[in-house]
Amino acid sequence: MCNCYKVSTSQNAAISVTDLTKRYGERNAVDHISFEVPRGTICGFVGPNGAGKTTTIRMLLGLVKPTTGEGTVLGEPLTHPERFLGKVGALIEGPAFYPALSGRENLKVLATLGNFPHDRVDQLLDQVGLLDRASSKFKTYSLGMKQRLGIAAALLPSPELLILDEPTNGLDPAGIQEVRELLGHLAGYGLTVLVSSHLLSEIEAIADDLVMLRDGKVLFSGQTKALLTAQQPTVIASSNNPQDLARLVEIATNSGHQAQIVNQSVHVVADATFATSFNKAAFEAGVTLSSLVTALPTLEETFFELTSDN
Amino acid sequence: MIRIFKSEWRKLRRPTLFLGTMVAVVGLTGLISSLLFLLLDSPRGNGREGMMITRETLAMPNGLYVGFANSAGLLGVIALCVFAAQTAIEYTNGTLRNLLVREPRRLLLLAGKYLAMVSFALVTVCFSAIISITISISLAGSKGVSTDQWFTSSAISLFGSTFGNVFLSVIAYGTVGMTLGLLLRSPISSISIAVAWILVIENILSATVSGISKWLPGQLMSAIPVQFGVDFSYSRALVGTSAYLLIFTVAAATLFKRRDVVN
Repeated sequence: MCNCYKVSTSQNAAISVTDLTKRYGERNAVDHISFEVPRGTICGFVGPNGAGKTTTIRMLLGLVKPTTGEGTVLGEPLTHPERFLGKVGALIEGPAFYPALSGRENLKVLATLGNFPHDRVDQLLDQVGLLDRASSKFKTYSLGMKQRLGIAAALLPSPELLILDEPTNGLDPAGIQEVRELLGHLAGYGLTVLVSSHLLSEIEAIADDLVMLRDGKVLFSGQTKALLTAQQPTVIASSNNPQDLARLVEIATNSGHQAQIVNQSVHVVADATFATSFNKAAFEAGVTLSSLVTALPTLEETFFELTSDN
Repeated sequence: MIRIFKSEWRKLRRPTLFLGTMVAVVGLTGLISSLLFLLLDSPRGNGREGMMITRETLAMPNGLYVGFANSAGLLGVIALCVFAAQTAIEYTNGTLRNLLVREPRRLLLLAGKYLAMVSFALVTVCFSAIISITISISLAGSKGVSTDQWFTSSAISLFGSTFGNVFLSVIAYGTVGMTLGLLLRSPISSISIAVAWILVIENILSATVSGISKWLPGQLMSAIPVQFGVDFSYSRALVGTSAYLLIFTVAAATLFKRRDVVN
């Protein structure tokens, strides 16, 4: 019997899946999804709770067997995780360690198992700021410290691919900033990072690429910039006189654009070229604008737009 | 395999588990071996289930190891608890996913973990043997038990078979614990169900249903080191235990290999 695997996807992809499905009973937790994560990029993996992000990550790591579909990780088939997991670091659904062992000993359990040099344990503990608490038992760590230990464990194999599921959970703003800088730093060395997060502003700030899921299906897969620029921009106008806002809505509507008052300003669905004629029309109507800007929707707004029932 | 074995030992050697287990082994073996001599003349017996073991029996070449062999059942229960807890805790802590990311060959991981736990059980059996033999030698003189045959060549060769039988029995208990730990994924459930079955239900069944004990795993496993009070032979105990070991091992391996890891 042929045990060969047809790799039909781009060789430049760190992760490539085709028609991947996981069925639990009558429900498809992941429903025929296909996407690629290019090598050397930071790819955001976003979607509402229950969208299938964690199940997909577990399938990529060989923890859950796909019902149908195929894929590759670092060019190796998903059916043979032993061929690629030595080059993959992962933090899945929060940090899981042995409560009665110290942070250092927990990492040594994994370093011994993965045959990684033990010198690396203290280097990584230092890198994530836990060296001074390395001898403390894991159960005494704060949530942020546990999360940082999880990131250190993921970095143990000096990975080519890092898969992080909600890595900023429990971190304070400084910790979130550290993780952001760390990921940017790692991507600079050619590492590929797949990071799932509910903090879409974080993903927008760091992710070159994006995979967006809902109800187990891929809503979008590609460059973050491409997704955002494809969205309709908004011209936002403000006036010092609140009574002028209704007049501005009227001017925009008469020009054939959708407009509404949002937080003491008028939001007009139109591209940047409308701003000049809008400004002129407002001036001619006796309305002086205090500000006029053109904005693309944020990832969060785009996410809600794409994942809303309507 | 060696790195899996060494990794597992990093968990097994933690003081709460290692020292706690050894204290239990020393305490239980010490108690059983001491009572064997201290209750020599008691009408309520000095062995398990009120069994009377005489001076003449203890003076035989295998007399030095009677306390050790009588401790096998409790050593087995300890092994069952350790194997079950060490297996199930990977699910309750969620650490199994970390282990499988670092070693995705599941059967190899299971085999490495199993061998590490078997070696842990070997340490407990060695400890038990040392404690029991020390107590037996210390108490024999004061209780009038002749030790002339204890240090003959035949006595020394008997030690090997006694040790092997105790060890096999302990591993069998441990394997049951590991299988239940994998099946139930909860240390408390797996330990309580196993202990209730072996110590309570099997004893009730054996006392009420004639001839059933030779089919019950707990009765077979405990009969390997101590043949007293059972209605089946040593070879029956050995074959039956081996069959159960095979069934439990195949069940554990199949479960571990095929089941999705969602914890």
